Amino acid sequence: MTAATTEVRAGRSGKARTLGVSRHAYPLWFYLPAAVLFLVFFAIPTFASFYFSLTRWTLFDQEFIGFENYVQFFREPQLYQGFINTLIYGFLTSGMKVVIGLALAVLLTSALVGRHFLRSVIFFPVLVSTIGVGIMFKALLDPFDGIVNGALETLGITGPGWLTDPDLALYSIIGIDVWKGLGIACLIYIAGLVAIPTEYYEAARVDGASKWAAFKSITLPLVKPATGTVIILSLIGGLRSFDLIWATTGGGPGFSSDVIGSVIYKQYQAGFYGLSTAGNVVLFVVVTVIMVPISLMLNKREVEQ
Amino acid sequence: MIPKTSRRHFGAGVAAAAAAALALSACSGGGDDDGSVEITFLSTSDEDNTALAEALIDAFEAENPDITVNLDGRPGGTEGDNLIKTRLATGEMAEVFNYNSGSLFQALNPDQNLLELSDRPWADSLTDDFTSVVSTENGLYGGSYGSSFAGGIVYNGAIYDELGLEVPQSWDDFMANNEQIAAAGYDPIVQTYGDTWTSQLFVLGDYANVHAQDPDWADQYTAHERFYADEPALAGFRHHQEAYESGYFNENYPSATFEDGGAMLAEGSGVHYPILTTILSSIRFNHPDAVEDMRFMAIPADDPQHTSATIWQPDGLYIPNTVEGAQRDAALAFVDFVTGPDACEVFIEAVNPTGPYVNGCELPADVPPLVQDVQSYFDAGNTAPALEFLSPIKGPNLENITVEVGSGIRGAEEAAANYDRDVENQARQLGLEGW
Repeated sequence: MTAATTEVRAGRSGKARTLGVSRHAYPLWFYLPAAVLFLVFFAIPTFASFYFSLTRWTLFDQEFIGFENYVQFFREPQLYQGFINTLIYGFLTSGMKVVIGLALAVLLTSALVGRHFLRSVIFFPVLVSTIGVGIMFKALLDPFDGIVNGALETLGITGPGWLTDPDLALYSIIGIDVWKGLGIACLIYIAGLVAIPTEYYEAARVDGASKWAAFKSITLPLVKPATGTVIILSLIGGLRSFDLIWATTGGGPGFSSDVIGSVIYKQYQAGFYGLSTAGNVVLFVVVTVIMVPISLMLNKREVEQ
Repeated sequence: MIPKTSRRHFGAGVAAAAAAALALSACSGGGDDDGSVEITFLSTSDEDNTALAEALIDAFEAENPDITVNLDGRPGGTEGDNLIKTRLATGEMAEVFNYNSGSLFQALNPDQNLLELSDRPWADSLTDDFTSVVSTENGLYGGSYGSSFAGGIVYNGAIYDELGLEVPQSWDDFMANNEQIAAAGYDPIVQTYGDTWTSQLFVLGDYANVHAQDPDWADQYTAHERFYADEPALAGFRHHQEAYESGYFNENYPSATFEDGGAMLAEGSGVHYPILTTILSSIRFNHPDAVEDMRFMAIPADDPQHTSATIWQPDGLYIPNTVEGAQRDAALAFVDFVTGPDACEVFIEAVNPTGPYVNGCELPADVPPLVQDVQSYFDAGNTAPALEFLSPIKGPNLENITVEVGSGIRGAEEAAANYDRDVENQARQLGLEGW
């Protein structure tokens, strides 16, 4: 009896495989919990936000007003500067993470004493909460009581108002962002570098190539997939960055370090829920318009290799 | 690898957290069989206010042994605005909460969310000014939480005496005083943009002067007929720019905080601080010896006959209309107590009022000089409410715009025009006519 059931079961599953279901590693309903979570927490709110961006919404009630929120959003006096700042922030943090991340990764994959310890040190800031980092740097960079300017003073230099000088604030935050996010970039590059077979370098050495030539002709082309990942991750993160800016300057002094994200947040805080939702849709479009071509370009190059 | 002792502490922590969670879930149960009721009072979580709220709760519970009031804290400023709106919209609001009166109160959609309170015993004892800022056309929604206060220039009277200065009546007199103060080696004007809200006082504290020149300004502003970019309202921005350009600010103005400002004033390194008189609580807490030196003057207008003091109304005390049954009765009893005459003593002891009460409580006879200064403006009839109590419009970015003016990033006229544009969002959100 038992033998027969086993046979039947085996037969059934064999039949199912021939019906083509076997292309899925798991039964379809295994996907259901994830699908429900995705729908409820991501897909539905995303589509709902498209609707709410077309309303005047007080949380208590809403009124459909067409595209008025979008018109109003683009009329915000500080939006233009916020937009420029967003681009500066996104591209500068991304570029610096690529350059410094690769340099550090090369250093940390070499036969350096204590490199495992140094890898942990560089990765450590990634683990700390962004708000915590922001508050910490606000204290460190205080123009009068902060230890950074205190240290500069002992060298006879009067430090600037890192976060309070309108011309400098954005760049100070960019520096903090790079410090905090470098660990991820470095980690991705280390993984990429370790995957390059050492034979290439040995062959190059036999051919008499200099260290720089080996880096340029072997390392750089072969870490291109890692570069693509670093650029995409850091650029998306930079373009929609908000938390670090909010924790350090709140977009100030005045509006001088405002980015699109902080402009939206201020509208949300003021209770303009429809308007800030429209801003988020705009941000979504901006990030998409910038990222899709870059992502396509990076992927295409990868295939060509 | 965790050492044994700390592991035990960790375990104790978990147990404590679990117990706290149980206690919290018990709270939400509300009325028990033995007739006792628990309600929650949501209030701002700064030090001064927590002490006040605890004192009020103790006094209330002593008279009402069946009612337990739990205190819940919230942030102030725009973060707090957001929290209040979200909790009201989701029906998660505490049984009683205090919040601004005036324009921020209007944004809560009171008719839909709050309990009407005009049948309470204290309703008739409220001043007309206060009643108007916690009411809609459909009713009265708030009890009073504290005393009114003024916004203008808080100054160090000891240094005024030392230099033999007189209280300036016009803006030019004020700048002349500043020149003498600077020559004596003090910082004439204290500015603290580390707390951005403090930068608004040159503009907000000037409103009584605008009102003195044109009492209809607020109504016409609400109707989108008057603008900050035009005189007389532009004066606030213009004076702020002038003060910045004269170089009279303390050196660390970009990063100093409200508390730093109080310390500079109390220690005498700074002399004029355009701020709310509530700063006296902070000075009393940190520099009790300096309280007698603190004085108040209205922000001087260009023409001395317009110089008047701008007055802020106290917070309202509200009950959401989702509260029902025994909890509603308990919440009403708490509001009756706090707004009624029995709580006068508690307020006077805990907060040191800096302006007259709005519910019939009397100020004590021996108030500090600063409060006497405020009172003298009332006695002379030279006061007007702040704009936020006369118009529902207050743009969210004013504090950033005034930081721009006070840091030399933007001139007064452009900044005022930007602010006129900033308030458009608020006016449209409220569905006002003419915007």
